[in-house]
Formats: sequence, structure tokens, C-alpha cells
Amino acid sequence: MTGYIPNNLGYPILSLVCFLPLIGAIAILLAGKRDGMARWLALITSGITFLVSIPLVTNFDRTTSNMQFVEQKSWIPAWHVNYIVGVDGISVLLVMLTTLLTLICVISSWKAITVKVKEYMMALLLLETGMIGVFIALDLFLFYIFWEAMLIPMFLLIIIWGGPRKMYAGLKFFLYTLAGSVLMLLGIIALYYQGGHTFEIVKLMGRHYPMSFQYWVFLAFFIAFAIKVPMFPFHTWLPDAHVEAPTAGSVILAGVLLKMGTYGFLRFNLPMFPQATMHFTPMILVLSVVAIIYGALVAMIQKDLKKLIAYSSVSHMGFVTLGIFAFTRQGMEGGILQMLNHGVTTGALFLCVGLIYERTHTRMIADFGGLTKRLPIYAVFFMIFTLSSLGLPGMNGFIGEFMILLGAFTTQRIYAVIGTTGIILGAAYMLWMYQRVMFMELKPKNSSLIDLSMREALTLIPLAVFVFWIGIFPNPFLGIMHETVKHLLMQVNGAANMSASAGFRGF
Amino acid sequence: MIKYALIPMLPLAAFVVSGLFGHWLKGKAHWPPIIAVLASFALSVSTLFDVMGGHTVNTVLYSWILSGRFDVHIGLKIDQLTAVMLIVVTTVSSLVHIYSTGYMHGDKGYPRFFSYLALFTFSMLMLVMADNFLQLYVFWEAVGLCSYFLIGFWYEKKSATDAGKKAFVVNRVGDFGFGLGVMLVFITFGTLNYDAVFAAIPGHVGQTLTILGHSCNLFTVIALLLFMGAVGKSAQLPLHVWLPDAMEGPTPVSALIHAATMVTAGIFMVARCHPLFNQSQTALDVVTWVGGITALFAATIALTQYDIKRVIAYSTISQLGYMFVACGVGAYAAGIFHLMTHAFFKGLLFLGAGSVIHALSGEQDMRKMGALAGKIKWTYITFLAASVSISGIPPFAGFFSKDEILWKAYSSPGAGHIVYYLLAFAAFLTAFYSFRLIFMTFHGKCNIDHEVSHHVHESPKSMLIPLIILGALAVVAGFVGVPGVLGGSNGFGQFMSGVFGPGTAEAAPAGMEMTMMVVSVVIGVSGIALAWFMYIVRPELPGKVAKTFAPIHALLYNKYYVDEIYDFVFVRSIKWASANLFWSVVDVGIIDGFVNAIASLVEAMSRVLRRLQSGYYNHYAFGMVFGVLVVVGIYLFAR
Repeated sequence: MTGYIPNNLGYPILSLVCFLPLIGAIAILLAGKRDGMARWLALITSGITFLVSIPLVTNFDRTTSNMQFVEQKSWIPAWHVNYIVGVDGISVLLVMLTTLLTLICVISSWKAITVKVKEYMMALLLLETGMIGVFIALDLFLFYIFWEAMLIPMFLLIIIWGGPRKMYAGLKFFLYTLAGSVLMLLGIIALYYQGGHTFEIVKLMGRHYPMSFQYWVFLAFFIAFAIKVPMFPFHTWLPDAHVEAPTAGSVILAGVLLKMGTYGFLRFNLPMFPQATMHFTPMILVLSVVAIIYGALVAMIQKDLKKLIAYSSVSHMGFVTLGIFAFTRQGMEGGILQMLNHGVTTGALFLCVGLIYERTHTRMIADFGGLTKRLPIYAVFFMIFTLSSLGLPGMNGFIGEFMILLGAFTTQRIYAVIGTTGIILGAAYMLWMYQRVMFMELKPKNSSLIDLSMREALTLIPLAVFVFWIGIFPNPFLGIMHETVKHLLMQVNGAANMSASAGFRGF
Repeated sequence: MIKYALIPMLPLAAFVVSGLFGHWLKGKAHWPPIIAVLASFALSVSTLFDVMGGHTVNTVLYSWILSGRFDVHIGLKIDQLTAVMLIVVTTVSSLVHIYSTGYMHGDKGYPRFFSYLALFTFSMLMLVMADNFLQLYVFWEAVGLCSYFLIGFWYEKKSATDAGKKAFVVNRVGDFGFGLGVMLVFITFGTLNYDAVFAAIPGHVGQTLTILGHSCNLFTVIALLLFMGAVGKSAQLPLHVWLPDAMEGPTPVSALIHAATMVTAGIFMVARCHPLFNQSQTALDVVTWVGGITALFAATIALTQYDIKRVIAYSTISQLGYMFVACGVGAYAAGIFHLMTHAFFKGLLFLGAGSVIHALSGEQDMRKMGALAGKIKWTYITFLAASVSISGIPPFAGFFSKDEILWKAYSSPGAGHIVYYLLAFAAFLTAFYSFRLIFMTFHGKCNIDHEVSHHVHESPKSMLIPLIILGALAVVAGFVGVPGVLGGSNGFGQFMSGVFGPGTAEAAPAGMEMTMMVVSVVIGVSGIALAWFMYIVRPELPGKVAKTFAPIHALLYNKYYVDEIYDFVFVRSIKWASANLFWSVVDVGIIDGFVNAIASLVEAMSRVLRRLQSGYYNHYAFGMVFGVLVVVGIYLFAR
């Protein structure tokens, strides 16, 4: 049973991290019409939010799997709804990822966004509140509110500041996600009644729900999260959303929003419905390796850089789900680390694409070539993130992928072998992309491009630092999640063993 | 301990300095790497003496990945095998660094070039000093990355960047197996540390693994998976295709990475993991056969090539095959011995070829060379020394190491004895194509383009001195391993017995060994003689032969069409299926078709329902009255 460790920092750190961006958004609303003011307010807000979130890691107790920094208030007593927030070794990393990426997004949007700047920055900050809320909520009702609330600013980012087909892409994104959310809402209500009239996530874990109940509710949650990941075949909203979204939208989408799907598996599906999890694992593993290979193959032939990276996300998230559902220490820790890695690397790759898009107003690979000659510093950063994406040892992606495959090899050998072919395909499509964009002859129309400015470099440097930090010294990151993962595996395996001895035979 | 750690760390530091500040260092960017690599060389020599004095090193630098029982650190292991590799790597690397100051002079990527060289040297040193499988894997890929960077160094050339990408991806195919092998080692032994794994082998003998319903020997599976990586890195069949293309890189790179050091990592790996390979005769036989077939296969291709670097590249593939045969028949020390001498004479051949290319303003086609011997004398002499060495003529270095392999293969009971005949034939071809190269380039008629011929010039000292040093090594390096029958004591083999154990007692009599040695020499000499006859005495002959055996010549000249077959079977078909099947049909057609169909359905339904909302009060009033009537009606009559 997971317990609570009350927050003892003297100030409500999680509420601060969560609601500071909201306050910033209100400040921008009240601050008048000047664009510059909106930019600076957004920068200051996201900067402070990031700084405030740092003690979450430095003061994190690595020796326990309990929820930490917990704040608890009664909210709607009639429905047993409480305001409970807290983090464990999984969510704390995702909160940090969110605060870092939002800050970077504000900086990267500095000049790229010229219309409705005020509204844009507000949307970005509201989105941050929503995302952090999702990761820290320990009450299902609260979680669901954040989950849905977050959709709106993201939807606005796409349909207002997006590309030519922004309405199609925005609606597709919204409706796809909403379809999943509706199912999840049904699941939440069912869980409320079955679980003894409570929305408290920790209390809903580790109960023994009847088997048929587990299966249906598992599926309701699973589909909602699988759409978010996105797992094959629920992925077709992703390429469209990425292509049409503004750069920062793509960064947040790939960096944080996709993680909510896998986070949902870890927070809800596994600990609440362990027997159902075991039952559906073979299917999920199949979908994972299909995603790895299918995503890579489809990425390979894309002509649009953003689409290519979007499909590579499908492939990479396939690795994450493969690792999680291998149910080994290495697989699960690798999967969680890979969630971070994907956020860092793919976020950075979208920034890279955005940087040349701002210069050339195209994302078609065929329009580029030989850019290294004009953009040598950019070439170095782009190479670092390309190599990180294809899992080069010494960089973050390798640690995640290797641990995932090792974990999967231990319990699910055949899936690991098939999944490992993904490292060949990953090298093929990433290097081919890099070659066509950065190497070979420079096109005359690109002959006057200028290299990165200080501000632009500033958005990439922190991410590059994490690429090498996680690649060379991953233990600080793995250390945070050890206890949580150990506990989670105990919950799943313990319950699964019980069901095996009970001789359950399925639906 | 710090001394040993400095060996790789100095080049790393040089990489960082030259990489970050190359923009300001410009033409002086070679200094940090050269100083660092020379210092590493000095430390390596000192380390060699430590090891000869019986002091081996096994130390942990830091804990790298910890997750449950998966606990991997970065460490340094220095034994006899590593000590020899350190010497080979730092020697060739130092000389290539110095040579490059002349060869790359004036190139606009000068600082970038030297920073890559330093990064490569660091990675290669860490590779040979690794004390566990995962660290080996990491630096295995890191040297591959440097190779990728350096092959595609002139990034504006499409062919160069294609070649770099090909090298990386083909190596990844090998690493697919290598990676799975590493995982299997961990799952079997619970650790990845060499010493711990090797010590635990006896407890797992006889264990089997079920693969697709077949029960396989565990060690066979592990060894073959690891070997798959070696096949990729050392460019053996069927993953050899990347190495000839890698010649797109600057020639010093070909010497250092694609001849002397990186491509020999596969042999190093098999030798390092010999306790695992020794557990499986099947795996050893596979190693022997792959090596033997590749040795002959590549030698036949080398006969017909005209690009001077490609001839040497196929020669490298062939020689690497010899080394694998040595490993396969259990003569690991002989394999490493040949690795060392090969590093010297093959490094020299490439650097010499670079000197020729330099003299001819970039010309690489041997049909446009000839009669260069007098014009670039030092290049010629050193090149000749290397060619005699590779042809196996005593007392040059190549003779001792190659003959050792031939003899070990001949005297081995199993597959090696048959493979010996492949190797012996390949040795004949080796001598032939090596001297075909010599005669076409340095002798005979001068076919140099008129424009170029005015500029023919000997290379600067910075290039000649490395040539001369390597030339000396190509002559004398063999003396460390003179076999017993020639009155030597095979000091190299004895030194290596610290790693590989004492060799098995030789079954065949010494007289036999002597006879076989004479046979090898005759093979070498006759190869040279035939080349002399065909290219000097009767220069019209090669053309006639090619015409008479046109299909065979075409087959060899086109490298057995392996590239074309791979391109069709793998590259094109995968791209086609991805574009026309997965993307167009599955993604756009089926999944999105379904999604959009739902949306259209909802829209169509809405269009129908929308009519109800007409905006006229009387319609709504009618609807309300109708509804009330229905409800009241149900209430009254349906009770």
C-alpha cells in the first residue's frame, strides 16, 4: 500500500509549480496589449516555475515508494472529491521535464510567434498548469479535470497558430483524444462505485476488483492512454497534429503529452488492474513491436521533416511500452527513462526543424541539402539529437533502449529480438534524413541562411546537456525511480501470481 | 591507475580542445591531438613493460548503469592482449596524425579532421581497454561513429555521405546480433564483466536454449551472436559491403580506421571472448569458414579493381579473413600476431597510396599511373616493403604472421585443414594483386595524364617519415614471433599465452612445418612472378585474359554484384513496401479512412438532424404539441 509523506518544505511546492503558470497567464491577461510584455511575463513565469520545481528533485527521498510532497484538502465533500497532489519516482521526473520544456518553448517562440502573442503565451502557460496537474493529481476527479483542461490550450495552439490544414489537424487531435477520454470517464465512474465511493488513486490501487470488472475498466483506461501514447493503430492523429502545430506545440506534444499515455498505464492500469494487465500483455507487446517497426518504416519514406519525426515518435514510444510491459526492473526503468529521453530528444528535434522552418518556411526534406556549410553550429546540435534519437551509446537514447530490450529479453525473448531490429531501422531513417538535409550540395536558394543566434542556441544547449548527462551518468535519474518501480512491480506481479493460483480462465 | 586512465583520456581531451576551439586554432589544430596521441603512445609503451613484468590491470572507473541486478561500470582491463592492442593503436594513430598534417594541409575542414581523429583514438583505446561486454559495445559503436564521420568527411560529396551512412547501417546489422549476444550473456551469467563471465562458464556447460522449437547449445548461440557483430565491424561476408565504399574518406582515415585498427576490432573481440568461443566447436567452425571464404572471395575481387585504394580495401577484407581463420582454429595468438603486422604493412600501403594520390593531384585510377618508381622514390621503396611483406616473403613481417596462420590451419584437425587450401590459394592471389598494383603504379609505361604529369612530386617530410617508420616495422615486426622451427622462440606467442593459455601440443612433426613453410614461400614468389610476367613482360596479356574470360571478369569486376543484390532485396523493397503498403494503404487508407469515415458519418447525420432546427417558431410549436400528444397518448393508452 502506497502511503503519503506530507510536504514539509514549509511552502506548498506542488501547488506552486502547478498554479504559478496559471497566475502568470492571468497576469498576461491583465497586463495590456503589448506583445513584449506578454513575452517577458511568460518567460519570467516559466523560469520561476522551473526554479521552484528544482527542490522536488533535490529534496526527493529516494528510499521510499510513497507519494512525496503531498498536499491534502477536502474539495467537494458530497462526492468525496479531494484536492490531493503528490509525486513519486515516476511523476517527479515528468514534472521536471514539463517545467524545463515549457521554459524552452517560451524562449523558442520569442520571435517565431508574431500574431496574438499575448493569447499564445497564455495558452502555453495554461497548458503547463494542465500538464503538471495531470502528473501530480492523486485524486481521480482532479486528474480528469486536468486531463481534459489541458486539451483546450493545446487545441487552440494548433488551430490558431498552426499551418494550412490546422482545422483538420486540431479537430482530429481533439476528437481522437476526447473519444478516449469519454471511455476513461466511464471507467472512473465505475471505479468510484466499485472502489467504495472514493476518488483517491492510492486507495483505489491494490484492491481486488472482480475479474470482469477489471477487464472492462482496464480497456476503458487503456484505450484513452493508448490514443495518447499513441500506440498503433491509434496513432494517425499524431503526424497531422505535429505537422500543423507551431514549433512549441510540437515540442510540448512530443515531449510531454505523449508521456501522459504511458504515465497513465503506470499510474492506473498496472497497479489497479494487475490481472487484467497480465491478460492483455501479449496484445500490448504485439502492438509495441508493431509500433517500433511500422513507425520506423513509415518514418523512413516521409518527405516532411515533422512527419518523419512524428512517426519516429511512434517507433520510440513502442520501445517504451515494450519495456513497461516486460515487467522487469530493467525494462520498466528503461521505459521510464526512455519517456524522459524521448521528451528531451524529440523535443529538441522539433526545435531543430522549427529553426530551419523559420529561416526557409519549408519543412520538405527535398528543399534542403548541404546546410552544414552555412549552419555549422546548427549542424552540430542537429547531429547530437539525431544520434541520440538513433540510440548511440554515450547518449541518453542508448541507455533507455538497451535497458528496455534487456528487460524484454529476460521475459519476452521473441518480442525483444523483433524490437531490436528497430535499432537498425532507426539508424537508417535518421541518418538518411540528416544526409539529405545537412550534407551534399547546398541549394542556391539556401545560400544566405545564417547560423544560430545566442537565443536559439540557448534553447538547444540544456537539452544537449541532458543527452550526454543521461547517457554517461544515468544513475542519478535511475536512482529516483528505483523504489517506485520496485513497488509497482511488486503490486503487479504479486496480484498476477494470486490470480494464477486462483485459476482464472478469462472472460 | 591514473597513468592507465590517461592513455584514452588524453586523446579525449584533445578532441574537446580541437573540436571546440578549432575555429581559432585553424592550421595549428593538429597540435593538441598529436601531443596527446604521442603521450598516449609513450604511456602505452610503459604499460607494455608493466605487463611484461607481470603486472596486469583491472580497475573500475565509475558505476555506469545500476538497475536491479543489472550493474555495469566503466572500467579498464589491461592484460597482454590489451597491451599489444594499445601499442598497435597508438603507433599507427600517432603516425597517421603526423602524416595528416601534410596530407590534409590546406583542407578547409582541417581542425574538424583532427578532432575526429582524436575522438576515434579515444574510442578505440577505450574499446581495447574495456573490462565488460557493454563497454565494449559502447566503444564499438563509438568507433563506428567516428568512421561514419570520417568517411563522410567531405560532406558535400554525395558518394562520401552515402558511403558513411552505408557503413553505419551495415554495422548496425552486425550490432543487432552483438547487442542480443550481450543481453544473452547478462541473462545467463547475471553480469557483464569479462572475468566474472569467463569464470562462471564451467557452471553453464551443456545448457541449451530453445529457438523456434530447436534446442541449441547456449554457447553456440552466444558466440554466434557476438560474432555477428565482428562480421559487421571486420567487414566479413556477408556484411563486407561497406568497407570498399569507405574508401571515400580521406586516405589517412583508410589507413588508421579501415585497415589498421577499427576493422580489426572484430578479431580483437573474438580473441577477447575466446573462453566463450572455445565452448562451441560449431561457432569456431563458423568463424573459420567465414574467414576462409571471405579471404578468398575478397582476394578474387582485388584482382580486377583499378582504383588503387579499392584494391587495398579488398586486400584488407581478405587479410581480416586470415585472422578469423586463426581464431577459428584456436590459434588466437597467431591471429593477433597477424593483426599487428597487418596494421603496420597495411597502414603503410594506404599511406603510401595516399602519397601516390597526393603526387598525382588526386588521381586514384591505376590505369592512369605507371613508371612512378623513379619520381617518388621514398614512397616506392616503402610501398615495395609493404607489398613484399603482405606477399609473405621471408624475412618480412607478413611472412611470419601469415605463415603461422597457414600452418595452424593446415595442422588443425577439423574445418581448418580444408580452409587451409582456400587460404593458400588466396595467398597466391594476394601476392599477385599486390604486385599487379606495384607494377601498374610504379613500373611499366607512364600513363599519367599530361596535365598531372607536370606536378608529380614526392610528398613532404611529414608524410615520408611515417612511411619510413612503418616501412621499418613492416620489415622487422615479424621477428618478435619467429617460430621454433626457424630457431626462434615465438616470443609473441609466449607473451600471449598469459591470455590464451599455452597452445595445444602440435600433432604434426616439425619437418612437416618446414615443408609447409617452403610451400608458402613458393606460393608467394610465384604470385609475384606471374604479376611480373603479365604486367611487365607481356603487358597486353591482362586485357586478353579479361576478354577470354569476360563473364568471370565482369563478375569479379562488379564484386559479384553483391551491392546490386542487397540494394534490390533490402533497400528498394523496404522502401517500396513502406511507401506503397504501410504508408499509403495501412495508414492513409485503412486507419485514417476509418477515422474520417466516422467523422463523415457524424457529419451526414448532423446534416439530417439539422433540418429540425429550422428557426421557425411554428415548427417548434408543432413539435412541442406533437410531443405532448405522444406522451399523453402513451400515458393514457399504453398503461
